[in-house]
Amino acid sequence: MWTCKNLWKKLAPLARSSSTLCRQNARGVLLNNERRLPLVPQAHMSSGTPGSRGDNNLYYLLVGATCVGGGFYAYRTIKGDKERYQERINEIASRPNKVVPEQPITEAPGEQAAETPQEIAPVTEDAPVETPEVTPIVEEVSPEVAAVEQEDPPTTPEAEIAPESVVEPAPEESVGTPDADPVVKSEPTPVAGSLPAETAEPQTTTETESAAEPATVAPAEVPAPTPVEFPSHAPYLLIGGGTASFAAARSIRARDPGARVLIITDEPDLPYMRPPLSKELWFSDDPSVVDTLRFKQWNGKERSIYFQPPSFYVSPQDLEKVENGGVAVLTGKKVVHMDVRGNKVTLSDGTEISYDKCLIATGGIPRNLQVIERAGEEVTKRTTLFRKVEDFKALDKVSRDTKSITIIGGGFLGSELACALGRRSADSDLEVIQMFPEKGNMGKVLPEYLSNWTTAKVKSEGVAVITEALVKAVSFKDGKVEIKLKDGRVVKTDHIVAAVGLEPSVELAKSAGLEVDSDFGGFRVNAELQARSNIWVAGDAACFYDIRLGRRRVEHHDHAVVSGRLAGENMTGANKPYWHQSMFWSDLGPDVGYEAIGIVDSSLPTVGVFAKATAKDTPKAATEKSGTGIRSESETEGTASSPVASSTPEPPPVLEQKDNYGKGVIFYLRDKVVVGIILWNVFNRMPVARKIIKDGEEHADLNEVAKLFNIHDD
Amino acid sequence: MSYCKQEGKDRIIFVTKEDHEAPSNAELIADDPNDPYEDQGLILPSGEINWNCPCLGGMASGPCGTQFKEAFSCFHYSNEEVKGSECIDNFRAMQECMQKYPELYPQEDENEGVAAGGADATAPDSSPAPVASSDSTLSSPTPESAPSSDNTPPTDSQAAS
Repeated sequence: MWTCKNLWKKLAPLARSSSTLCRQNARGVLLNNERRLPLVPQAHMSSGTPGSRGDNNLYYLLVGATCVGGGFYAYRTIKGDKERYQERINEIASRPNKVVPEQPITEAPGEQAAETPQEIAPVTEDAPVETPEVTPIVEEVSPEVAAVEQEDPPTTPEAEIAPESVVEPAPEESVGTPDADPVVKSEPTPVAGSLPAETAEPQTTTETESAAEPATVAPAEVPAPTPVEFPSHAPYLLIGGGTASFAAARSIRARDPGARVLIITDEPDLPYMRPPLSKELWFSDDPSVVDTLRFKQWNGKERSIYFQPPSFYVSPQDLEKVENGGVAVLTGKKVVHMDVRGNKVTLSDGTEISYDKCLIATGGIPRNLQVIERAGEEVTKRTTLFRKVEDFKALDKVSRDTKSITIIGGGFLGSELACALGRRSADSDLEVIQMFPEKGNMGKVLPEYLSNWTTAKVKSEGVAVITEALVKAVSFKDGKVEIKLKDGRVVKTDHIVAAVGLEPSVELAKSAGLEVDSDFGGFRVNAELQARSNIWVAGDAACFYDIRLGRRRVEHHDHAVVSGRLAGENMTGANKPYWHQSMFWSDLGPDVGYEAIGIVDSSLPTVGVFAKATAKDTPKAATEKSGTGIRSESETEGTASSPVASSTPEPPPVLEQKDNYGKGVIFYLRDKVVVGIILWNVFNRMPVARKIIKDGEEHADLNEVAKLFNIHDD
Repeated sequence: MSYCKQEGKDRIIFVTKEDHEAPSNAELIADDPNDPYEDQGLILPSGEINWNCPCLGGMASGPCGTQFKEAFSCFHYSNEEVKGSECIDNFRAMQECMQKYPELYPQEDENEGVAAGGADATAPDSSPAPVASSDSTLSSPTPESAPSSDNTPPTDSQAAS
């Protein structure tokens, strides 16, 4: 007895100090090294107290159990890894037979019953998933093993469910959410052959799984794979179904005969163009425009915003079989994970699609103001973030149903919408307000004098413009949305449209291991728009290196087309850098229209060369003559000419008194080199502008350069 | 008379027509026609057809793209007296394909199909330079690039219908 007690007394402090050590290590070994010695005597002293023996026992048990469990687990993992690796190799080898849907064989049956096999595919994922679960698992090791073995036979038929893609769900799993990966992995053929190999496997995974998902057995057995219609492999995979993606698809099809291109988009619509959503569609006379989405082009012909009618596309299930290839669009599906090493992506429903070459053209989502997000549901349901077709339809309805709309934002989108709604307000009693922090519309793009002039024009369109407005708080009071500005002004309105910028969608960067640019946002790519081998990025989401103008990210329609086309060319082996400078344009009402190219930032020094505008120099007039992109509104032409006539002041002598920026060219300079040009109410001169930027020369007299544009001619 | 003023960092010049009458002395660098980076017209410097030319719209990339490419290539390389006379079968195949997609290739007059296809093909063939500039004129706002000019095959000179 006594010897036992003495033995115990000696062992206890050891156990205690070892556990203390463990605790100290967790905090920072180095710091605590010196303190170890003093702590041990303290521990020793405390071991004399009556309750300590129980504590000692507990410590001893825990430490001992942890060591045993850890050792056991480590052995299992190593064994399991080997087998998993083997299975992975087998699986990859069997992949060329696309007919046999690959069964992420690994977990197969045992998993089914147990939990969703997470660490299947990427072995690397094991570590993060399993580490948090070591301790809880330890206790359950023995009971689990027994359970698994019993369950093996009955769950054999349910092999389907093991989706290997599940890397993404992995982290979720550790939180304990039952993975719905019993997802429609439409692979009905259980790979029976590989079962024997897995019996050991399931055990390991079951351990880890067990702690997190005790309840998944039931749901796991309901996979009922619906015959999924997705191709399992696409030679060309385009993520995102916007302008850049479509341009790339066309480019690929043109250059690679018989190419099979798969576009995956989370929108319900086929690829369409965005500019008419804030311009032409609002000026259409057709009351059913919201449904038809057709508008009139510069040449008077009507067209739809959709690039191609549905008959152009091949259906996804036919993509692999159709003779000459084609373009297929998977709508309503979001890519949530990208496995770059394995060359495959995972959709939100767990489906995996492998690719040879991939384009990321995910664009972005509209930014919102924090004050609105925090303002509560009554405000947020009366706020529109404008970008997609559904936003256009919603805003159109709102404009007919409400009395007052406020647009927050003074850039392209905000100003165009303000003008469009302002026009509509002429026929109804709709109040249109636009507010922004700058001093004038397009304050970040146009030099101040021009921005002021533009603001006056916007006001004449029927918009109440509030400049230098910083929104401080938004609330819903007495049936109205109340916007409080920093300077104390209060604006009461029925609906808000927030046009405060675009946040590029870079969620895939993490899983794909892609670089995100900190200055401009978006995926960082090189001059050939390549992010990594086999991955390109184009459109709004691409922060690319422009050989001429430096690294930038552009959010314009033409850039999406140009970069999409370039990415498509490079995906088919062209290796061309970004060279053809994209342009952009905007119309603010019938009198103000401009085209621009390059870097057009109002913080740069500018030189503007203007001529007196005549009645012939308006977007309206320009459309009749040549191919400029502004819609022609024949009905309103009569009314348009009078404002133009009145805005042009009397003959030249009056120039000194009232500056009229009717038409001209504005050069944006950076270190004396022209990096951006705006053609103000001057059309069809874009090739000249493009050439000047491409040359990148220093010109002593920009007036001479301006002569090249013949601004006085029509 | 022109006058100039400065508003902070921005310079503003007003010019009259007379001021701009004298030719410009600004120098532009001459373009290299063989620059591989530049966007080419319909016919590449090597003599091959640039299927990715925006001027073609969606012709080479649509469902009938293969037939279109065969027909047009045959015509382009044809050295017969009546250019393209041996390509009738290709054009017929193309036309048959296009008839299956009336939405994409609106048929105005079927009989004109083959003949017009041949005639129209000469237009792009003989004018690579204007086509290159048409690319830039296409670079005006709405019809900016291929995607938008797509749906107007009747007005598009390359349309075979």
